[in-house]
Amino acid sequence: MKFAGLLVMPAGFFLSLAALVLFPASNTGARTAFVLCGLAVEALGLAVAVRGHMESKGKDRP
Amino acid sequence: MTPGQPPLLTDATTALALALLLLAPLAIAGLALINTGLGRSRSAAQSLLGSLAIVAVTAIAFALVGATLVGTSAAAGHIFILGGKPWNWLGMGPFFLLGLSAAPAQAQLELLFEFLAVALAALIPWGSGADRLRLAAGCAIGAVLAAIVFPLLVHWTWGNGWLAQLGVNFSLGSGFLDPAGAATIHVLGGLSALAVAWIAGPRRGKFPQGGFATAMPGHNAVYILFGCLLALAGWLALNIAGAVLWLHAPLAALPATAVNTLLSASGAVIATLAVTRYRFGKPDASLCANGWLTGLVASSACAAVVSPLAALFIGIVAGVITPLLVEVLELAVSIDDPSGAIAVHGAGGLWGLIAAGVFAPWPGQFSAQLVGIATLLGLALPLVYLLFWLANRVIPFRVDPDGERIGMDLHELGGGAYPEFVIHRDDTYR
Repeated sequence: MKFAGLLVMPAGFFLSLAALVLFPASNTGARTAFVLCGLAVEALGLAVAVRGHMESKGKDRP
Repeated sequence: MTPGQPPLLTDATTALALALLLLAPLAIAGLALINTGLGRSRSAAQSLLGSLAIVAVTAIAFALVGATLVGTSAAAGHIFILGGKPWNWLGMGPFFLLGLSAAPAQAQLELLFEFLAVALAALIPWGSGADRLRLAAGCAIGAVLAAIVFPLLVHWTWGNGWLAQLGVNFSLGSGFLDPAGAATIHVLGGLSALAVAWIAGPRRGKFPQGGFATAMPGHNAVYILFGCLLALAGWLALNIAGAVLWLHAPLAALPATAVNTLLSASGAVIATLAVTRYRFGKPDASLCANGWLTGLVASSACAAVVSPLAALFIGIVAGVITPLLVEVLELAVSIDDPSGAIAVHGAGGLWGLIAAGVFAPWPGQFSAQLVGIATLLGLALPLVYLLFWLANRVIPFRVDPDGERIGMDLHELGGGAYPEFVIHRDDTYR
């Protein structure tokens, strides 16, 4: 689960890059929103990774 | 002052930058002392020796590999074209620092800055793995950071890479703004600390089955607080040198950068003091030290480009966030981070980068900072975790249970930091 979360995070990064290429400089609002969406995907991936860490630690606590 | 202008270092600014960079190792010394103080007494010598070894390993790895990948801000890099824009993704420096003494002063100073920066970055995860990370593992972490991840981020940010050129290519302010290493040193270090804490796992007895997290306070508050004072001197030097080297700031603008650094740290420590006083009834020394450091970390991103009032506000917010985040990471997320590096360097650095976007006077700067943060979270964290995971297969990060029980000093060095102290049995170890 931790690896799944970490694999989702680069997808967010590429979304942010796509915002730069797809939207012209004049369309600042849409471009910023797209970058924020990329960050949201990264946050989702991080949350999944953290959740995976918590579950694995719960199993093998000393 | 604006980033991206051609470097025009006069003799005076060259001498000033060199003098400042010779003071910057105080930040490394301060961080090493803080890491040692926040660990246990039976691991103190291993912690400080590890700091020395990591500084040495990062210097060698950066000289052999990293410096080539970074290049310099004036040199061309490897470029590909996407969407009609050039993306400078990798530097092209000389191999093994050949011709260094004949290089321009700006290039030599940039290199010195990067040597100090990578040492500081590699010490951050070392503090996070205190009391269970082997010396060889600390060196491996330093080598991985210095040879691969740090050079990439530094080239993109300081070496005229694609993040630095966001302003030129995509009209995003002045490009990604990070004059003193909030991203390249601190966020990278904080994310590395998270990866280390995940891979090495918690100290034995930290999260007992079916119980609350065990408090494992640092063994020496004097080290911690004196380390904070040393760190201030080093941070002032790094922030001003960064403003000179990466923003080409005029001499007249430098005192304001120093004042902003001090205000940010001051606001942060007072805010943390108030929060811990409110939550626990008395101020907590180690959390206040963490707050002070977070203020300094946040100032790394923005001290050179914001007003003093904004710097104070940035510090106060950093100081409020830190103790709460340290608590959440330990109690709610079960991450054992003895030095609080994830909150201090990771979250503090991210907050500084956001604040630089909010308070910097260039339109579009906020978006540039967001793209930089997306790069750190979306690319640097998975890459660091993958590399550390592979390194852990070759050099196991965590010491065996017996070594953890007797302490890293006796296990790895054969002698303790305080040989005249009576070693008590640790009741938390079961």
